[in-house]
Amino acid sequence: MLKFVVRRLMMLVVTLFVASFAIYSAMYLAPGNPIAALLGGRTPTPEAIAVLEERYHLNDPFIVRYLRWVGGALRGDFGVSIQLRQEVSTLISQRIGTTVQLVLYASLIIVVVGVALGIVGGLRKGVLDNVVIVATTVSAAVPSFVASIILLSVFAVNLGWFPALGTGEGFVDQLRHLTLPAVALAFSSIALVARITRSAVREELSREHVQTAVSRGIPYRTVVRRHVMRNAAIPITTVVGITVASLFAASAVVERAFSLNGIGAYLIQAALSKDIAVVQGISLVIVAIFVVVNAIVDFLYAVLDPRVSLGASAA
Amino acid sequence: MSAIELDPTVVGPVPATRRWRGVPGLRGTGVAGHLSALVLAIAGVVAVFGQWLAPHDPDLTNLSYAFVGPIEGHPLGFDSQGRDLLSRILAGARSSLLGPTAVVTLAMIVGTFLAVATAWKGGRFDRWVSAGLDVLFAFPAIVLAIIVSVIVEPSLMSATIALSIAYTPYIARVLRSAALRERARDYIAALEVQGLRAWIICVRHLGRNLLPLIVAQGAVLFGYAMVDLAAISFLGLGVRPPQADWGVMVSTGQSGVLQGYPLESLSAGVCIIAVVIAVNILGERLTERANSVTR
Repeated sequence: MLKFVVRRLMMLVVTLFVASFAIYSAMYLAPGNPIAALLGGRTPTPEAIAVLEERYHLNDPFIVRYLRWVGGALRGDFGVSIQLRQEVSTLISQRIGTTVQLVLYASLIIVVVGVALGIVGGLRKGVLDNVVIVATTVSAAVPSFVASIILLSVFAVNLGWFPALGTGEGFVDQLRHLTLPAVALAFSSIALVARITRSAVREELSREHVQTAVSRGIPYRTVVRRHVMRNAAIPITTVVGITVASLFAASAVVERAFSLNGIGAYLIQAALSKDIAVVQGISLVIVAIFVVVNAIVDFLYAVLDPRVSLGASAA
Repeated sequence: MSAIELDPTVVGPVPATRRWRGVPGLRGTGVAGHLSALVLAIAGVVAVFGQWLAPHDPDLTNLSYAFVGPIEGHPLGFDSQGRDLLSRILAGARSSLLGPTAVVTLAMIVGTFLAVATAWKGGRFDRWVSAGLDVLFAFPAIVLAIIVSVIVEPSLMSATIALSIAYTPYIARVLRSAALRERARDYIAALEVQGLRAWIICVRHLGRNLLPLIVAQGAVLFGYAMVDLAAISFLGLGVRPPQADWGVMVSTGQSGVLQGYPLESLSAGVCIIAVVIAVNILGERLTERANSVTR
């Protein structure tokens, strides 16, 4: 087990370093002159250019600048937005709360609705199962931004039950503002989780030990709880984890549709205005979250299914 | 004599029941699979001929008709610029379908090549390529598209390239395990003993046996590519307005939604959903069929 954890952690660190290098060097290729962006149209003296180059370390070799950036990133310092003259870490920390709230809210919806639908479809063959299949086939095909538009149109504009845009003040009001975006973000992922849950439940139901338990007269509810769900939890945990990890990137689209002030919407704004330092910083944060959550899923998987760690140490 | 007996599509040994078993290539996908293929065929025709099918000029603005609802000759009404919506939907099918097609083609070619090569070579080559693909896995498609949009001017092309890169590791991983299974079969060893060159075995035999899975994966991927590309265009990092495109139309229609005129966004959104549902069902059925054949 320890060996598995150490190996996985090393993989995590290596992935993050390679990813950070890829992000930094990709942005290095981006066209545009930071000096021109700093001066905003004024004609500078050569001395002024030299001072600016010195201050922003523009003359250092590429590898030195990368190492300085990644060293800072490890301490939570992502450099300065040249356009806004503000710390990127400040800009991120002002906005990451909204994104985290939105992702957690959506995750909650995905887990509750997705797993419930999957269990219903898995345990009840026939009409209910068919309803689940049709519902998930449709919801899997609804992109988050189309779901956003439909929810906005129906519940915000026509019925007026929820506010259309913005983040809101105070906990209850924030919850109200985030409800439609969270549903939009969750919509297509619910289908994925429900499908995996359904087939996991089906597979466990057909196992011999489950049929033995049923034939020995153990109450069905107990069999489902103790034998079916406990084993089905392994694939369900995996799919929920991977889904939640991907939500941080996907939330950019929903934040944009609902004018929410999260890091995703800010990443897009920065990309459109070519604010390089911000794009680098937020990209790295999103990739890091994605990689870390995936690693946590792998650990959970090993905890839930002891065979995994055995397989890893044998390899 | 019934018409079915004359059907030229029924070939080979006469089945026990002389029912029509479906279009060749779609057999075993059921009614839902055939209906999905029909939807996709219609979408394909619109994508190719949409410009000529459009009853009006999709780019002709007439502000006096802005947000006018459905009237005679204009079954979907007009957008915020007074352009005919039906014409824009028809004209927009092209970029909305061309993009995912290009993404799937590119990712499939590179992904299949990497999968077969790593499964064939094994060893250090396999480890390094797989490790590289694992790193690429860490980049969500949207983030990759955003990074690419900063380096080059955002367009359908840049979004297509970004998504192709993002999907390649996924394809390579799925096909690599299938190729490994196939590589261990006896017929491959037999061909090697006969002295056939590796790439001929890979292309003619291994590749051909992977084809059902490749097609099925392509269908599944098409759905994802369509959604992601439309999302990127929605964000303004792919196809740019005023060009007619479904993803762009969902975005430009958003101001109308808030004013109570949701038809532009909704009709474009429904088109995306319909195509994605069709392609998902077809992909699912084809995957089931591919798995039942190879096992």
